[in-house]
Amino acid sequence: MADNPNPNIEEIKAAPAPETPVKKKGVKRRIFLAGSALLVGGGVFGLYWSDNSARTRARQLTTGEGEHNFLTWMKIAEDDTVTLFSPHIDFGQGTHTALGQMLADELDADWSKVKVEQAPSDVAFSNTALVQSFLGEMTGYPGVINALPAALIGMLTRSQKIQITGGSSAVRFTGQGGMRVIGAAVRAALVAEAADRLGVSEGELTTADSTVTHAASGRSLRYGELAAGAAERSLSRDPVLKTRSQWKLINKPVTRLDIPAKVDGSAVYGIDFTLPDMRVATIAAAPVRGGKLESVDEAPAMAVPGVEKVVKLDDAVIVVAKGYWQAAKGLAALSPRFTDGGNGAMSTPAIYAAQDKLREAGKPDNQAGEGDVDSAFKAAGDNVITADFRVPFLHHAMMEPFALTAHFKDGKLHLWGGLQDPIGARDRAAKAAGMDIDDVLFNPMIMGGGFGRRFPGVTEILDQAALLAKQVPYPVKLVWSREEEVRHGTYRPQSSARLSATLKDGRIAAWRNDYVQGDNAEGEVGFIYDVPATSRRHFAYTTNQIDGPWRSVNSTQHGFYNESFIDELAHAAGEDPYQFRRKHLPEGSRHQKVLDEVAKHAGWGTPLPEGVGRGIAIVESFGTIVAEVIEAGVKEDGSPKVLKAWAVVDCGTTVNPLNAEAQIAGGIIMSLSATIGEAITLANGAVVESNFTDYNLLRLADAPPVIDVHFIESDAPMGGIGEPGVPPASAALANALFAATGKRIRTLPILTQAKA
Amino acid sequence: MSFSWPRGHRVAMNNRFKPTGEFASVAIAFSVNGKQVSVEAEADTPLLWVLREDLELTGTKFGCGIAACGACSVHVDGQLTRSCSVPVSDIAGKAVTTIEGLKAEDGTLHAVQQAWVDAQVPQCGYCQSGQIMAAVALIERTGTPSDAQIDEAMTNICRCGTYPRIRQAILAATGQAAKASATTQGEA
Repeated sequence: MADNPNPNIEEIKAAPAPETPVKKKGVKRRIFLAGSALLVGGGVFGLYWSDNSARTRARQLTTGEGEHNFLTWMKIAEDDTVTLFSPHIDFGQGTHTALGQMLADELDADWSKVKVEQAPSDVAFSNTALVQSFLGEMTGYPGVINALPAALIGMLTRSQKIQITGGSSAVRFTGQGGMRVIGAAVRAALVAEAADRLGVSEGELTTADSTVTHAASGRSLRYGELAAGAAERSLSRDPVLKTRSQWKLINKPVTRLDIPAKVDGSAVYGIDFTLPDMRVATIAAAPVRGGKLESVDEAPAMAVPGVEKVVKLDDAVIVVAKGYWQAAKGLAALSPRFTDGGNGAMSTPAIYAAQDKLREAGKPDNQAGEGDVDSAFKAAGDNVITADFRVPFLHHAMMEPFALTAHFKDGKLHLWGGLQDPIGARDRAAKAAGMDIDDVLFNPMIMGGGFGRRFPGVTEILDQAALLAKQVPYPVKLVWSREEEVRHGTYRPQSSARLSATLKDGRIAAWRNDYVQGDNAEGEVGFIYDVPATSRRHFAYTTNQIDGPWRSVNSTQHGFYNESFIDELAHAAGEDPYQFRRKHLPEGSRHQKVLDEVAKHAGWGTPLPEGVGRGIAIVESFGTIVAEVIEAGVKEDGSPKVLKAWAVVDCGTTVNPLNAEAQIAGGIIMSLSATIGEAITLANGAVVESNFTDYNLLRLADAPPVIDVHFIESDAPMGGIGEPGVPPASAALANALFAATGKRIRTLPILTQAKA
Repeated sequence: MSFSWPRGHRVAMNNRFKPTGEFASVAIAFSVNGKQVSVEAEADTPLLWVLREDLELTGTKFGCGIAACGACSVHVDGQLTRSCSVPVSDIAGKAVTTIEGLKAEDGTLHAVQQAWVDAQVPQCGYCQSGQIMAAVALIERTGTPSDAQIDEAMTNICRCGTYPRIRQAILAATGQAAKASATTQGEA
């Protein structure tokens, strides 16, 4: 078994793009959905049975002598090797291994001969399954979407040029809706081929370890022998999937394919990529986002040995040199002048003040909810409990700084690097360079973390590298310094909220969340409790920063708001925080079970040492319910000390429990890190923090030594696993510290900047 | 309105790039993973960039450039060293070990690398070369490190949050915990 996340060093030859009989612009989702109503009743699950032009192209791109492509996304070689092409990037979340498990299990493939490769960043490999599933989830009419002819979905996806990894979507959508179905359909074709060849009925045949066996006669045929014939057969569009009891790989703790290369230094990340004659460049963009480069004297950089060129962009200056060190020294020697784009007054206190003012003006941009909160509050008079919460900008702090290699040659732009959407990356780079997307080739590389930072919508390095490459005759690797990385992030937005509620007979009678941030977060606010009157009001406020998705997106701050506030209500009602939550969850619900389990594992209610408190929180996000308990105290210097954490997770079922545990534990640590010490602050429009000295990430000594993670297996639809561990931990920690100290934490991070 | 670097930025840059006045390349000889090498570099070039760009040993990673994160950790004469902040001129005549030099000649993983595989530690993996080099140095120094010694020594940053498995792997590698339960179900 081998993982080859980067088969594309020898990059894919540009084949003619399939004709797309859809205009390049104007295929908006809502138009598509309006039209889709006409197609109800088609009754065809046609997801991967993509239209012929894409299949032909996929075959051209992926198959060599003796290899046979099936349904675009997999091939079988005559030596029995099965290769899956993943439309999703694996940056350590275990997606490639999980997708391989799902395909190989249904296929009855020999796991030692299964490979997972990154799909080419080609429109033929855009992730149709992802789009289809998201459309279904967002509209609430999955039946309608599933009934669409596959060709139409394929065309729609390609017109949107996406190949996304995000939203905890790979396993639950691409895996469940795609890879398992493909595996089962191809297995059926292999059996049918074997039945013809052996002159027996299909019912007499069994499959295991990439072999079809006729037990009665003792004859068998390997998949490699059957592939050519099976590839000519028409495949079932509705194959029978295995039941849970038949799984051999799914839900089993299979070791990850990418790990061996990550312990001996052999894994090649984007920043490690090199080409003959390549130069290295580094960049400084306008300190105030929105500012422009006004002037720069190039001479001091050019005087640094090894520096070859200074390139001016509209809003940045780049120094190109023979190596990174020379480029960095050259850049440091410059004194560029930038404008502030009119954003020079932007500051962290000013943003909070403006947000408060906007909320107090009382004119929400969006609102949702049920029941009559206003009347309930009026009836309660003075008995409305309110609390104001504030959360800062958060930096992704992926450990590998941005690095993208670009080479403009013979009218084509070649790119190498790690981004979360390779096709979208081509699109953005093409637009920046004024080129056609077909002339931009992107080679996906392993990523040193992402967490939402590497989506093309927020990766300006694509523009920078594309513009840079057009000005130099050689390949050039653009590397961001850590300072550039910290100061030019696309942060989780600085946001605030006022929560208010009233209690009646020990229950919450009405609940309101007035939140101020850029995006309308309806759909992600995840309010799970049974309350007769609820109201969520969004007040839209934007800064000069580009809001980025940060692991678990809006569920981070809303998990903190909701789960901190319900703790306050429990306290006001004089009730235990676990029991108070429990009685507001539907009796016998999955949520209640998750909460009960975490309380049981954590020994909720048992005595604790002096100065130690327990906090609990539960959040549903990305289709997964997670409850967490944290035990924490306070160190001598006043900073929090997290002693232990527990998590109980209902994501339907896990594909790889070993990896799922790591994702939940990692999510908890990322959340604790942010809650305790992380903040990006603005002063005079620019980011104050610069590196890991003042952007405080949690280290091993401050992380809980043990995180006890349990999964509840249910038959519920599969939920995500990369993100849902994050949201509950903030509130669980804050609630634990309240239990320990009696002091509420409503502004994050817990450590102030002064301490940094 | 226009302005130059904000004050903080200027200070950060100046701290990192102390002018040495020595711009001429010099030949510097040392050993890497048991092999003698000689490189032509400006004396102030950090060892990290010589390893990555001149010697093409890219297992040692660039994380922060100011010795704050540990992604660039190597051993110099057996001492754990953050290579982004050591000028290569200081390395002359010394012996450097990088992540690529930990395996035995026959390809057998170092016990710490094997413990990392057994405990399935890496996620994105970018910081793990540095984490492993730090763990090897800790174990060479202490034999069987206590939890407190692990806390004190393992200061490298991991954004994926692999800390509990790092601790578990160190304890397992030193016989202080049951081998990680990463099953080999379905493995080749």
